[in-house]
Amino acid sequence: MSTPMTQAAAAAISSRAAPRLPGVWRAGLARVRLEVKVFFRDKQSVVFVFSLPAVLLVLLGSIFRGQAAGHGMSVGTLFAAGLIGSGIASTSFQYLGIGIATERDQGMLKRLYGTPMNRWAYFIGKTGLVLVCTMAETALLIAVGMLIDNLRLPTSAERWWTFAWVFVLGTVCFSLLGIAISSVARSARSAPAVIILPFTVLQFISGVYVPATLVPPWLREIASFFPLKWICQGLRSVFLPQHAVALEPAGSWEHGRIALVLLAWIAAGLVLCLTTFRWRTSRDG
Amino acid sequence: MTDGTDTAVRVDGLRKRYGEVTAVGGVDLEIRRGEVFALLGPNGAGKTTTVEILEGYRRRDGGTVRVLGEDPQHAGRAWRARIGIVLQLTAEGPELTVREMVGQFASLYPRPRDPDEVIGLVGLTGKAGSRLHKLSGGQLRRLDVALGIVGDPELLFLDEPTTGFDPEARRQFWKLISGLSSGGVTILLTTHYLDEAEALADRVAVISGGRIRATGTPAGIGGRAGRAAMVGWLGDDGPRRVQTDEPTRVVAELGARFGGEVPGLTVTRPTLEDIYLELIGDTP
Repeated sequence: MSTPMTQAAAAAISSRAAPRLPGVWRAGLARVRLEVKVFFRDKQSVVFVFSLPAVLLVLLGSIFRGQAAGHGMSVGTLFAAGLIGSGIASTSFQYLGIGIATERDQGMLKRLYGTPMNRWAYFIGKTGLVLVCTMAETALLIAVGMLIDNLRLPTSAERWWTFAWVFVLGTVCFSLLGIAISSVARSARSAPAVIILPFTVLQFISGVYVPATLVPPWLREIASFFPLKWICQGLRSVFLPQHAVALEPAGSWEHGRIALVLLAWIAAGLVLCLTTFRWRTSRDG
Repeated sequence: MTDGTDTAVRVDGLRKRYGEVTAVGGVDLEIRRGEVFALLGPNGAGKTTTVEILEGYRRRDGGTVRVLGEDPQHAGRAWRARIGIVLQLTAEGPELTVREMVGQFASLYPRPRDPDEVIGLVGLTGKAGSRLHKLSGGQLRRLDVALGIVGDPELLFLDEPTTGFDPEARRQFWKLISGLSSGGVTILLTTHYLDEAEALADRVAVISGGRIRATGTPAGIGGRAGRAAMVGWLGDDGPRRVQTDEPTRVVAELGARFGGEVPGLTVTRPTLEDIYLELIGDTP
């Protein structure tokens, strides 16, 4: 009676006796696919998160076309470097902050918590989403910058290395802060208010829309406490000619300080995430 | 009274306070495997708090709780794989189709049911390719059930599942729950619809002020089966009613008096609603 049929049945019974829970990586990768799918299907995220920095770059680049920023450099290149930094923050900080607050408000987090999903799979999903979106966002902004204002890709290995670590530290830093701030918003409706206002202010004082030299010193002082200014400064050192360092208020690119500030924010962000992350809303008790 | 294999849920002296307010003040419950158990009570009675403690969402302040043999407060992922929780989705959910949503949840369980089969079971086959925001309220609730059962749970929690349903949608929903129950799933249902409890539950418990007031079958709870019956008929001078412990004798006498059919004859016992209102201390 050892037909394939009964063997299959026996296998089914034994697997029923000892069910294996799906592994964290399999579940995590499945969530990455799902998150990316949801991101690019959602008009809100495609328009406001993904396309907005590129639209602004086209606008600002066109308005200031041909204007020199001094030292033989166009204003458009400055904007491009700043908006790449802002794009990183947009797909990580802004999207995660609002997105997670919304998922919590709609009970999606509570629902996932009620399943046997390994909790880390959720964060693997968010990490993968941010990586995919931020890389695509950065590629888009570089392409737009090259098209409208002769933005040039870095030519030396050293500059690529700077680009790599600024990108990675900046993305990790803003992702953790996005997850942390999602808990500050009490509902999906209040999330944009809690997140977009500080983010917009930060962009203005951190040298995204207004060159750092034009920002009053006291505002620059405030901006220097937050990561965006340092990310933009690092990106300028990647995309601007070396002599543009003369336009920096500090008179140098300050690579060491950039890394230190971002690492400090990553540590703070991690602590905030681990201590404040909630799977349910405060209304749920 | 041990945690035998025929007990799905066992609760002794469960207590939960929120600040000064006692939400649950000593609840005892026993739910047997395979039964549909309804927890009835007004808003604020402690229903949802009790159920959320059983689901592992909340911590308790006192008492013991065993759900499928484990303490939900410390139970792990393997335990979560054996329970199903039906929560309510909102229409502003993620941009996913019904099939993607059910497939996603299926992938989280060690031995899920076939997603398409589950979609069929809740009657959404025609909507499998539709995005969530295209579904009606009733269809969303059925998707909620699909997400709760796709992991093939031994115990299913349903918290006020039919709130906001029209009568026909409720009937359909009841059929779905009865079907699951005959498939062997233990179901804990909370509701404030008494007809729902009467239609679905093998046993009901009435909770009020954080305590269980009575437990029993829908027909027998609160001594309902033994209560005096009311015999009504249409007399010569209008409707007549008599309360009696011997309704059969009264009806036989009436039959003899009218010499055949008794006009407008009714025999009624107190409804579940009468008993319920009495138990929660709100007798009008």
